[in-house]
Amino acid sequence: MTSVPGLVAQFAVLALAVLLAPMLTGWVNQCRAWLQNRSGPGLLQPYRVLDKLFSKEVVLAHNASPLFRGAPYLIFGCLALAAAIVPKIGTDLPLNAAADAIALVGLLALARLFIALAGMDVGTAFGTLGARREMLVGFLAEPALLMVLFTASLISGSTSLATIVEVLAHKEFVIYPSLAFAGVAFTMVSLAENARIPVDNPATHLELTMIHEAMVLEYSGRHLALIEWAASLKLFVYSCIGLALFFPFGVAQRGDWLGLLLALPVLGLKLAVGGFLLALIETLSAKMRIFRAPEFLATAFLLAVLAMLLHVLLGG
Amino acid sequence: MEPGPLHATLAAAAAWLVIGAAGLIRPRNLALSSRFLFPAGAVVGLALAAAALEGVFSAPHSLVLPLGLPDLPFHARTDALSSFFLLLLGAVAVGVSLFACGYLRPGEGTPPGLQCLYYHVFLASMALVLVADDAYFFMVAWETMALASFFLVTSDHQHAEIRRAGYLYLLIAHVGAIAILLCFGALQAGTGDYTFDNMRAVQPSAGYATAAFLLALVGFGAKAGIVPLHVWLPEAHPAAPSPVSALMSAVMLKTAVYGMLRVTLDLIDQPLWWWGVIALALGLVSALGGIVFAAVQTDMKRLLAYSSIENIGLIFAGFGLTLIFRGFGMGALAALALTATLYHCLNHAFFKSLLFLCTGSVLHATRERSLGKLGGLIHRMPWVAWCALIGSVAIAGLPPLNGFVSEWLLLQAFLLSPGLPQSYLNMLVPVAAAVVALTAALSGYVMVKFYGVVFLGQPREPKLAEARDAGAWERTGLAWLAAMCIVLGLVPATVIGLLDPITRALTGHGMASLAQGWLFLAPLQPERASYSPLLFFAVTALLVALTWLAVRAFYHGRMRRAAPWDCGFPFQDARMQDTAEGFGQPVRHVFEPFFRIEQHVPSPLDARPSYREVHEDRLWYWLYLPVARAAEYATSLVTLLQRGRISVYLTYSFATLLVLLLFVG
Repeated sequence: MTSVPGLVAQFAVLALAVLLAPMLTGWVNQCRAWLQNRSGPGLLQPYRVLDKLFSKEVVLAHNASPLFRGAPYLIFGCLALAAAIVPKIGTDLPLNAAADAIALVGLLALARLFIALAGMDVGTAFGTLGARREMLVGFLAEPALLMVLFTASLISGSTSLATIVEVLAHKEFVIYPSLAFAGVAFTMVSLAENARIPVDNPATHLELTMIHEAMVLEYSGRHLALIEWAASLKLFVYSCIGLALFFPFGVAQRGDWLGLLLALPVLGLKLAVGGFLLALIETLSAKMRIFRAPEFLATAFLLAVLAMLLHVLLGG
Repeated sequence: MEPGPLHATLAAAAAWLVIGAAGLIRPRNLALSSRFLFPAGAVVGLALAAAALEGVFSAPHSLVLPLGLPDLPFHARTDALSSFFLLLLGAVAVGVSLFACGYLRPGEGTPPGLQCLYYHVFLASMALVLVADDAYFFMVAWETMALASFFLVTSDHQHAEIRRAGYLYLLIAHVGAIAILLCFGALQAGTGDYTFDNMRAVQPSAGYATAAFLLALVGFGAKAGIVPLHVWLPEAHPAAPSPVSALMSAVMLKTAVYGMLRVTLDLIDQPLWWWGVIALALGLVSALGGIVFAAVQTDMKRLLAYSSIENIGLIFAGFGLTLIFRGFGMGALAALALTATLYHCLNHAFFKSLLFLCTGSVLHATRERSLGKLGGLIHRMPWVAWCALIGSVAIAGLPPLNGFVSEWLLLQAFLLSPGLPQSYLNMLVPVAAAVVALTAALSGYVMVKFYGVVFLGQPREPKLAEARDAGAWERTGLAWLAAMCIVLGLVPATVIGLLDPITRALTGHGMASLAQGWLFLAPLQPERASYSPLLFFAVTALLVALTWLAVRAFYHGRMRRAAPWDCGFPFQDARMQDTAEGFGQPVRHVFEPFFRIEQHVPSPLDARPSYREVHEDRLWYWLYLPVARAAEYATSLVTLLQRGRISVYLTYSFATLLVLLLFVG
């Protein structure tokens, strides 16, 4: 399981994911700009922003604790690990055995817990407001995501992400009703978790509506850069989970080196289409009031539970 | 006979009793208790834990003690199950006793010597409950445990609400004790022999076995705090001194779980599957209800008490699943569910006692229990704050700490259940898994609230600036418990090896052969599911370190301190942060039907506006008050007989005599 080529491949995939994740954010923003009849800043804008933030000095609030300073590194580390364990181009990676689907959800929850705690650390009105709202979104979105993953693991008889992808990629092409429900639920969860429009707006600094931005208001310089980068990684991770569960075609199997080479452009294509669809959803919908968000997420949760029930009832 | 773990356990219990009695030599002398007796108690705890560790792997061992009534001696026995719970008791007692050395203060309620007595009697009685091998000894130890903890809860008996909490606790403990006694009565199946050996040997009919199960569920459920018998818990835990709350929540609730396991899986050999459905349903209701109530609490110890109800609920859910699998003869899956249950018992014991002790330190440093008057303590009490962070992350069920491992095992057990022969059950299991997932996510919410409001942000009261960090004894106790949370999280495969003899004895299947070495945890096959916390932790740590180094290497480490930004809003003070009520408001909004809410909202013209909101448990009004009224009505009927005149009473005697003579004649 742990061979030298395997480790090299693992770290190559990790580095690739970390380096290319901001480009996905750039692509979504670009698509949004096109859909809104703007010319857009280009695919590389997120990198320019990151470079700018890294170059600036950190302005820290007087009463910020060590937890506040450490949290960005921890959140970035968690999401980088998440990006490493989601199967993207191949399933034969050593870290896949270290963490399964439940551990992946736990990892995302750990990052959320720390970002919420960091939001409360300085003790400003907006920070606590953001932390409270983030946890509100989280406590409904996390079980929904878990239920979506459970539906897939009931179909494949395993919670290991690699096995799920292998089984799903090799089944004959029929539409599973349970996966259809799970797909809708997953889309709703990812919109909420990535601070996307019906629930949150990543481009806003309007006090009364913001969630994610309110929490990270006190961050600056390299800390903010890491948090922004982690947000890009989160979008990347969710996109990859979605692709792995619902469009696993083209992912290379164990020991298939040629397939690995082919899988990379396929992944790029799939991400580009997915990013465009995300921009489309964001352009077509309006942001809802914060207290509509629990209803939206509860719907997602119920759909995901229904997906599991459908699997048990219909066996598919 | 060779001295073994059973002798060591009995010696430890005796040593605790002696230490407790020594407190009476000079009850008002603080130094005697806190410098000699409590440290000695901690050493005994460590010795007990070591003996129990050996006991888990030894064969069952029993003794007849030269104690008890003539012709009715006490029987004692250790096996894997009781040794596991003794290990839990010993290891937690080490941390709590060390903490208590620094925690006792002069002039707080009961004198230190008496507290020392109750505390050690409490510890010893819990050890005796776990080794008791007949109903008589069990009930004696069980009642000693209830009384010792009652006296500990009412340490501060000057306050009326503490006396009230103690009364409620004692009442429910005794209702439970009666149910347990009746349960043993049903189990001996008319043989008149109350030893557990006899109960194992006789096979009660299905009806008697069911009656015994239901009585055990009431009796042990009342002690564990299962809904609807949970009401004493959020009253008694905050009333007790913090080390006592820690022990009650961490160990005493587990003795109830032990009793449940002992009765259903050992004494009744063949459980029926639908018992499991009842336990699962009650467990899930307790878990969800407990955590929702925890989210709206404003008192930090009440919040933790409700969180205990949640965790006990999860333990009972795992226990119910064990019974379902066992009832259908699916031994391997029953072993998995039982492993998850026992692992969660162990985890909850450590992180909950850690958090209760942290609240104790906060309480002593600030004299404040209300979340709305704390804040920013990470600067004043860094040691306590970092230990509490470990406890909070662990209780929120996040990797790589211990809470996650048992949650992972429990969810795996749920995921494997769609092979059950009952199709309705198969459909209920995903719903149950959804409730467990929701509960786990909500516990993250509650822990952000708890930690964020107490330790982060700005101090909400000026007096918090004088708060001092915990002393050396307290730190040692906290560090021990925090270290256990980390260790249990990182080497689950080793811990499962420890649980293996128990699952072998109770379900006939072991889990150790299925764990993939010490690094990977794979309950069935590695292709189905595997998790390696050490690898997980190492890679996360590596990535964090690499990020830190890379940022320094490519850019710089410059930093400047300034006033908080807060969107440029200049007038900020501590009162603008979320209060505990504010942070809990979304949960209150989403789960509104759970609560009975009394609101007092000021009118716009109020000169001194005040806002008050009380959340109450609907069960008080639906169950407890009607029962209390019925009891009062029944007693008022009895008072009709009491006329206070001797002639009337003599008439009663005469009438009774006549009726009896009718029967005899």
